[in-house]
Amino acid sequence: MLKPTARRTTLPPAEPAEPVDTETVALLADRLRAASQARLGHELAIRHVNTGSCNGCELEIRALTGVVYNLTRFGLHFVDSPRHADVLLVTGPLTRNLRQALEQAWDATPEPKWVVALGDCAVDGGVFKGSYAVMDGTSNAIQVDLTISGCPPSPARILSGLRALLEANSP
Amino acid sequence: MSRALEIVEPAPREPCRPWPRHVLSAAQWSDLVREPVTLLAAWADPMQVLALFEDPFSETILLVSVAMDAGFYPALSPHHPGARFYERMIRDLWGHMAAGGDDGSWLDHGHWPHSKPLAIRPGPRPPTADPPEFQPVPEDTLMQWPIGPIGLGIGEAHHLRLTLDGTRIVRAESRLGYTHKGALTLMRSKSPRIAARFAARLAGDSTVAHSIAFAKATEAALAVLAPPRAVGLRGLMLRLERIATNLDDLGTIAGMVGAPEAQARCGVRQEYLRRGLADAFGHRLMMDCVVPGGVSADADANGLAALRQVLAALEDEIPQIRYLFGTGVLAARLTGLGVIAGGDAAQRCRVRLRAIDRDTGAAIDLLTDLPEGQLAVVLPLESGEGLGKAASARGDIWHWLRLDHGQIAAVFPRDPGWALWPLAEAALASSEARDAGSICASLGLPVSGMDL
Ligand code: SF4
Repeated sequence: MLKPTARRTTLPPAEPAEPVDTETVALLADRLRAASQARLGHELAIRHVNTGSCNGCELEIRALTGVVYNLTRFGLHFVDSPRHADVLLVTGPLTRNLRQALEQAWDATPEPKWVVALGDCAVDGGVFKGSYAVMDGTSNAIQVDLTISGCPPSPARILSGLRALLEANSP
Repeated sequence: MSRALEIVEPAPREPCRPWPRHVLSAAQWSDLVREPVTLLAAWADPMQVLALFEDPFSETILLVSVAMDAGFYPALSPHHPGARFYERMIRDLWGHMAAGGDDGSWLDHGHWPHSKPLAIRPGPRPPTADPPEFQPVPEDTLMQWPIGPIGLGIGEAHHLRLTLDGTRIVRAESRLGYTHKGALTLMRSKSPRIAARFAARLAGDSTVAHSIAFAKATEAALAVLAPPRAVGLRGLMLRLERIATNLDDLGTIAGMVGAPEAQARCGVRQEYLRRGLADAFGHRLMMDCVVPGGVSADADANGLAALRQVLAALEDEIPQIRYLFGTGVLAARLTGLGVIAGGDAAQRCRVRLRAIDRDTGAAIDLLTDLPEGQLAVVLPLESGEGLGKAASARGDIWHWLRLDHGQIAAVFPRDPGWALWPLAEAALASSEARDAGSICASLGLPVSGMDL
């Protein structure tokens, strides 16, 4: 195959991120103190748990892992097993058919752990609220520490929520 | 006249637009099913089962229905193997049984408060949960490998059961339904305008395509036409969505086989495109931008100008991405992988790249030539039945609905997943277990739209 004739573009560097929302950090830090929960340190391992999403929220999470947002530079990274996770990032309205899977993931995640409900669906069921097939959000099965609303929330918004969590956990 | 047309011709017709519905007897239905017609979809309402076929000889779309006979209808799956998932879904949602077909469960895993949610009288809650059943392992030298429903990576929830002989897959069975949200029940008895919010959330990666198919079905049922500017904007949005989804799929595949540069390049282009979409249409995925009757808002002029630049930059970048997919680790890993219908994963990637090329050119043309005028028409509160179609990145999407005085009496959206999952099972069988993830990624298997 021939080399492309078009000029070869270089990949852009990661974009500078917005400052972290201090109010959210303070709220999360209070929560941490109140529960006398151990801090997790400067890095957070995240496990994504899909509880019936439409795949819109996943699109935006995947965008975060790309070079434009470059999640890892903040000390945030995704892991494949809940056993290695500090944070469960939950999407979807919590379908009845996935309740057990969510609870198993939660049980498998070592303490101390955080749960983030991502997207309107995970926050309270979103447009699917009240359907026979859903349980109206993550918090109806496990305790949620942080909600990030939006349908779907933009990568910038997800990033600011996750960084607030990281900040609150930094010793 | 083709044999299929000869069978449906004598049957009475119901007025569905743009294709009439042929109301078949059980004998006519069985005859038609035996013909070499392509099954596009099957679904039901409380009284009958409906099917959508394409007759390759006359190149006609055939919409047919058959009334229930003591709760049964003649099965489709003996002649159309891909129909077994539809038969299971029809059993789970309406309680109609396919005589001689597949009577397993699919969407209903025994956790809903009642069974048959779309039947006139839903059934009682099943006494026990119904865990997915798989075929028994034939020999004790074989082992089973369950994957999911919470899979690896950042994706959708589904279950795959691979039967392995050493490292080779001898059988792959899929089980879906985990993400079933009850969308059809939520859409029923609502106006199309309100129900469009659910159509837009069947599959986030194809929200525009689903919204367009739903809008077209509504407009066909009511015999109204969306104004020219709305049609132009819809065409533009559909192409932009396909570009973004194809970039997302290519990036995911590149990530799976360990090609970070290609993954990064696809990701960057997708991100810039989504920002352009937010500027032009107010939403990065263009959710709720298409509504029955037209579009919900006009595009922002500056946003459209920004999109033009994004597309020009993408055009410059495509040769580079194509080069990366044709050489090195990508070519080595994708060639000969997951062969189905004569094509391998490498070929499926080339198809995506060509689609991006074509859609980029078409989108640039549409941007320079958008008609002016009205954005939407008012929908009359009338009754009617309609079919609508839109081409998503994953394949054709069809929506069918029946309106009763402006409200949805029955509706069914056919997602491309219905056609892709049977292909995935076939492509996985006889492949290496370690390739399962890349094979699935190369097929771009959608879940949520099919789980309803
Ligand atoms: S919040 Fe919106 S984008 Fe996210 S899963 Fe729900 S419907 Fe899809």
